[in-house]
This record gives sequence, structure tokens and C-alpha cells, in this order.
Amino acid sequence: MSSIGTGYDLSASQFSPDGRVFQVEYAMKAVENSGTAIGLRGKDGVVFGVEKIVTSKLYEPGANKRIFNIDKHVGMSVAGLIADARQLVDIARRESANYRSQYGVSIPLNYLNDRVSMYMHAHTLYSAVRPFGCSIIMGSFDPQEGPNMFMIDPSGVSYGFHGCATGKAKQSAKTEIEKLKLSTMTCKELVKEAARIIYLVHDELKDKNFEMELSWVCEETKGKHERVPESLYLEAEKSAKQAMEAESDSDTEDM
Amino acid sequence: MMQMHPSSMNMSATDWMDAAHSTGTSIMAAEFDGGVVIGADSRTTTGAYIANRVTDKLTKVTDNIYCCRSGSAADTQAIADIVSYHLNFHSMELGTQPLVETGAAVFREMCYNYRDSLMAGILVAGWDSRKGGQVYSIPIGGMCVRQAVSIGGSGSSYVYGYVDANFKEGMKKEECVDFVTNTLSLAMARDGSSGGVVRLGIITKDGVERRVKLGTELPKFYEG
Repeated sequence: MSSIGTGYDLSASQFSPDGRVFQVEYAMKAVENSGTAIGLRGKDGVVFGVEKIVTSKLYEPGANKRIFNIDKHVGMSVAGLIADARQLVDIARRESANYRSQYGVSIPLNYLNDRVSMYMHAHTLYSAVRPFGCSIIMGSFDPQEGPNMFMIDPSGVSYGFHGCATGKAKQSAKTEIEKLKLSTMTCKELVKEAARIIYLVHDELKDKNFEMELSWVCEETKGKHERVPESLYLEAEKSAKQAMEAESDSDTEDM
Repeated sequence: MMQMHPSSMNMSATDWMDAAHSTGTSIMAAEFDGGVVIGADSRTTTGAYIANRVTDKLTKVTDNIYCCRSGSAADTQAIADIVSYHLNFHSMELGTQPLVETGAAVFREMCYNYRDSLMAGILVAGWDSRKGGQVYSIPIGGMCVRQAVSIGGSGSSYVYGYVDANFKEGMKKEECVDFVTNTLSLAMARDGSSGGVVRLGIITKDGVERRVKLGTELPKFYEG
């Protein structure tokens, strides 16, 4: 790494001579070490999928979840340092609650996205703080506005997406997402696709154990963000595993 | 609504010299098929003295939200200015026009937080693509409630029966304009601190249309 030893990577408040802020780049590296998180925006809602890597068999199942409820109509999935992410979840929740009490209606996602990304960006400006070591995906559904989804990087940059991925397998996940006709698909179909992609991009050799998390916010849930029902989860998981087997069968035939 | 300043209790001939301006008022807002009609009389009083006989109590807040003011003229003008600033700032942040519901919530926030020092009864009305024409009533104390039709000010107490008897949901525009004009004319005729002309505003998806009914053009009812 060219940045080490130069002294330009010690603070988030200093540029390097070629115009980079190394602390922010290190934060992005922290995200790349984390399990993959994806978001899919279909015609009637948003689906989140997360590959949560379990580093010890001694942990209770379901601990340290990576999908959060922000408001009734907003969900967030995160990749990166979980403790940093929880701080952002708290900020986003406060922002939504304040909006509701001040303006009497639920917060528009583009406004929440602006607020949270400004907060993340503020942590790339001062020497007393370090940037957040996480990327977050936020999604919402409104019967009149339709579905919406944004992803924010540790730098504070954010974009609206039809489909997005972050974490260690974001490249292969994005390749898979690009094959989907997102804007014509329903959330029920997308839950299966999300499960398939999470199982597909999971690297069994490097990370043995993982838990898949699936949530959605769509017409079916009446605009509420919630984890997918157990029956649908199991169905999606089953077809994801079948797809994996089919894939490995065809691999062996080629040989 | 008369402001009861201590010195205006004695009915001396010069009470207006130190009484506060108040919009002793008849105001009204009603939803119809496609928008809302808002209306008000035009009298501002200082005690018994008519300080302004052509007041405009229908105040623009944003392009699609208006309010009808009653109570202290100073208080309601200040509130309308502050809310207007907040909503215009907010619409820049959002990139869209604020919802009428949001406008009403900002009014409510002010009226409730400063309820001990304000005298303001406000009707917030407007049109947005989400819920169409809407009326929100924010009486003294800072409650906020949506109503299909709402009346306010000192003149309103004379015409509750008329409104209950004659308001229908989903009226056509001109039908609703006539209903508001009639109600206000009746209120102005009975209420001593309401009068002058009837000012009207019609808010639809196409914007705002303002009208004035002069005192001579107002409908006449039994005056015994």
C-alpha cells in the first residue's frame, strides 16, 4: 500500500498530494471484509438480502443481525463494522421519528438518505473522528410514491439504485443482479432471487458458516418493512440450495 | 374573535386607542370535488373601531397551501410568516411542494408550543397530489384535526346550524363557492365584529383563484 508510511493516512482531515483521503479508503476496505448485503428494487417494493458470516459455532443463532427497521416504512441493511452501523441505525431512526413529530407524515426516503449521508460525510472532515466503516442500503415502499432504494458509502456518497450490492462479494453479486429484469419483477419473485444470489456468492472455502437474512418492504406487507415470513424464507432457501446443486452438477458435466 | 384587552372591558368611547388589533372574524374552508374553497370577511377591529374594512385574512403559505387567520392580527401574521419560511425551506430540501398535512403540522407545532402566549385560531387549507383538497382546523390551544368543512372566528358561532344543514361532500366548485359565500354572509350579518366584503380563494390542482364579493353583491337573507 502506497499510503503507508507517508503520514497522509493518519487523519481523515488531510488530503494526500494526489488528492485522496486515505482514511476513507481504509473504511471502504473494512466494508470489503464484511459479508455481502444486497438490495433489489422491484415494481412493488424492495427486498433486502444479507449474508451474515458466523465466526463461531458458540454464538446463539440470530445474533448481531444486519437488517434493521428504521421506521414503519423504511428498512436498512448494512455491510461493514456492525458497531459503526448500529450508530447509523440510531441516527436514521431519530431522524425519521423527528420528521414524523415535526411534519406529521412519514419521512420521504430521499430526504432521510440526504440526512444520513450528510452525517456520514461529516465524519470524513475532521481529525478527531474516523469515517464509518460501513456501507448502508436503505429501502422504502409507499403506495403512491412506489419503491425507493439508496446506498451510502463510507465517504458519504450515495446513489439511488434498482439493484445494489456491497460487502466482500459485491462484484459477483452485481453481475447476478444485472441479469434480472428488476423493474418488471414482484417482491415475491425477488425474495427467491435474493436468496439465490446470497447462496451463490457465499464462499464456502473461506467462510464456513453463515446465516442468511431476508426482509422486504412492499405492497404485500402494506408498506411495512419486515422480515419475510418463515414459510417464504424456507421456500426461498430451498430453491437457492437447489439452484446451487444444479450449478455444481453442470460444472462436473463440463469436466 | 375579539381580543379582550383589559381596557376594552369598559365601554368608553376611546377604548380603541389602546386595544390590540384583532381579526374579529368569520372564516371558513370547505373541501369540494377537486379542491377547497376558503373564505373570510374583511373586518379588522381595534376595540369598537374598524381599523381596516378591506383586510385580507386569506394568507398564502406556499403555492398550494393557504391559511385563514382569526384571533390576534399580530400573532397570526407572525405565525403565517414563520410557517411560510419553514415550508419554503423544506420544499427546497425535498425538491417537491410540501403536503398540506405537513403544512398543518408545522402550524400546529407553533400554536401548541406557544399556546400560552398566542391568540390564534387558524384554518389551513390546500391541495396536494396525495390527498387532493384538504382542510385542517387548528383552534386555540394547538389541536390539529382534518375536517371536510370548518368554520372559525367570532362569526362562526352564528352559522354552525347552517353549515350542518347545507354542507354536502363532493360538491361541484361553483356550488361550494355559493355555499361558502352564503355562510359567510349570514355570519357577517349577525356578528358585529365581522363585516365588509367576502374574500374567497379556490385552491385546485391548477393553482389558486382569488375572488371578492363586495358588500353590495352579497346574498340577502331575513334580517329581522
